[in-house]
Amino acid sequence: MKTFHGRLGAALAALALATTAACGGDPAPAAGEPVTLTFLVDNSETTLATAKAVVDAFQPANPDIKIEIETRPQGTEGDNVVKTRLSTGDMTDMFWYNSGSLLQALNPAQSMADLTGDPALANVQDSYLSVVTQGGKAYGVPISTAGGGGILYNRKVYADLGLQPPKTWAEFTANNEKVKAAGLTPVISTFKDTWTSQLFVLGDFYNVHTALPNFAADYTANKAKYAATPAAMTGFQRLADVHQKGFLNKGFGSATLDEGLRMLVEGKGAHYPMLSFLLPPLLKDYPQVATDIGFFGIPGDDPARNGATIWEPAAVYVARSTEHLAAVKKFLAFVASPAGTDAQTKAVAPAGPYRVKGSKLPEDAIQVAKDLQAYIDRDATAPALEFLSPVKGPALEQITVAVGSGLTPAAEGAAQYDQDVAKQAKQLGLAGW
Amino acid sequence: MTKQDTRPRPKAGPAEPDRPQRRKAAAAYPYAFYLPAGIVYVVIFLIPTVMAFYFSLTRWTLFDSTFVGLENFADFFAEQNLSIGFRNTLVYAVLTSGLKVVLGMLLGVLLTSRLRLRGFLRSVVFFPVLVSTVAVGITFSVLLKPDTGLVDRALALVGVSGHDWLGDATTALLSVALVDVWKGVGLATVIYIAGILSIPPDYYQAVEVDGGTAWHRFRHVTLPLSRPATYSVIILSFIGGLRSFDLIWTMTRGGPGFTSDVIASIIYKQYQAGFYGLSTAGNVMLFLVVSAIVIPLSWFLGRREIA
Repeated sequence: MKTFHGRLGAALAALALATTAACGGDPAPAAGEPVTLTFLVDNSETTLATAKAVVDAFQPANPDIKIEIETRPQGTEGDNVVKTRLSTGDMTDMFWYNSGSLLQALNPAQSMADLTGDPALANVQDSYLSVVTQGGKAYGVPISTAGGGGILYNRKVYADLGLQPPKTWAEFTANNEKVKAAGLTPVISTFKDTWTSQLFVLGDFYNVHTALPNFAADYTANKAKYAATPAAMTGFQRLADVHQKGFLNKGFGSATLDEGLRMLVEGKGAHYPMLSFLLPPLLKDYPQVATDIGFFGIPGDDPARNGATIWEPAAVYVARSTEHLAAVKKFLAFVASPAGTDAQTKAVAPAGPYRVKGSKLPEDAIQVAKDLQAYIDRDATAPALEFLSPVKGPALEQITVAVGSGLTPAAEGAAQYDQDVAKQAKQLGLAGW
Repeated sequence: MTKQDTRPRPKAGPAEPDRPQRRKAAAAYPYAFYLPAGIVYVVIFLIPTVMAFYFSLTRWTLFDSTFVGLENFADFFAEQNLSIGFRNTLVYAVLTSGLKVVLGMLLGVLLTSRLRLRGFLRSVVFFPVLVSTVAVGITFSVLLKPDTGLVDRALALVGVSGHDWLGDATTALLSVALVDVWKGVGLATVIYIAGILSIPPDYYQAVEVDGGTAWHRFRHVTLPLSRPATYSVIILSFIGGLRSFDLIWTMTRGGPGFTSDVIASIIYKQYQAGFYGLSTAGNVMLFLVVSAIVIPLSWFLGRREIA
């Protein structure tokens, strides 16, 4: 049964459709007629710098299109801002938002302009399109870079102790023992910022994917479970292992992301399971990040199948309520072009490769980006599960904190997560749950 | 939203005795004068409350909603950490209101005695009440850090050191509760000071005539005669404890894991996850639970007060 909200939404959508249709029917606005576009981005330093750089680079060639950047909070609070504005038809002309599972919750078919086959997507790498697609329609262009989710490690510590990046979990554990013996923290954990606790589980997905190529599909269809799939449960087990072996920093329960990054950069800790995106903003205060910090994927058990899990870049989407579709598309085409990515590189050092045809990493790219590129060149990467499946339980971060602090055994944590996921799938109304 | 607006209502009690007068006053003015307040009340309280009851029965994504009957309530009760949340909420409410009663009364007695700097000390005790809860939470998160925090450094002097107060499952909720007491005890003290000062001095003189000690004065005069103050403190801090959220959220976010989750933080996390129907169902439950506890409690304590 639909409520009046549903009907209101439909009415709004129809209205928006009518306006877009009207716009599309018109020839492009007469030259010289200025248009002002609004662009909603989150308020993180990196995002804002990237958005400004692209807008500034776009402006000179398009003097009659003016773009105003608006900001919103990050995280779930920001998610709710985006959802509310989309559902009330009050969204900016275009907005920056995650690709993958989070996009699915925005109901793009109802709230966003369809860009399938549009020239604005001409330069987007084909393999990226799936993460901005729902129901066979593409809705966004990539902005910023892909990143790696795995272990960031201090290369100076590695050089001092004569260590090599591990290819298996056993080697990783051996490295950790040596780091611990040297009086440093082997594995930095920062559970006050709960989301940072998820990397051992989420970053292990490359290993799950190589062992069980169908896991993502089965998982979405409610046929595969974490607790019942040993390969998938390994991630929880890894998390329990590093805690049990005493590899974590003192006070890991109340440490924050910033403290963790500082420990890593200053060489007080050797490894930090984290996303490579977090490094570029540090360059200002710690220029050594560019060379000292490296990246490797979370090691599995087979050295021959060593690889890394990739986080796809976010995308710029178009609200269905926009009245300037032609101008917006012009900007989108610029964002997803080599000129657009060059502008981004000038503002923020890339944390990984771009997903735009013809865009290359600069020669002086930071070490983590080069390490990640090496995995991509070897074709040893898989996107994180959240880019392959709309199913992602919201309580994973609390569960991984509990498992990583030794409060919950790994198997129990995995089972709790399966329950959490079932709740989310039901709330999303997915088929088969 | 529903949970905050319900609470002031039981306190409408004290106005009851002069009802006849009020009725006369009502007749003196046209009903239209009630309209502005009435509209505000209906628009921002009644309508959302009724809508909340409806949306708690739907799967609601903000874009559309599907009627699912009582499924949300079933899901809410199936929430794995709900029992932890209920237990923590009760423990927190009982612990904080208990400590506020005991410490508030002791401080009240202390600050009504003849003391140098009495006025200054009263302001010192009351000061934390004025600070924003979120600021207190952030400050104490830093103070409680192991090794670097001020609390840890101070405790190191007596040989206790390196404990991760907020990061350890066994001490997280307790630490937050103690900070809550630090912040809230000022208000309890002020209520006790008022209560103690309103005790007629004749009783104390009588104890003195009978040769009683300070203990007798406290045990047989102050304690029984400040009972109304005790009831006010219990009601206020117990309700505050039941709906506690801001301090817990800023200090531990319900963690580590789920160990310091309370009902309000569970609901908030569901809302954050975009489960609007489910979290609304949780709010409806909280509304009912708080009403079920507070209405009889305030009726009971109110009756005792009059008698």
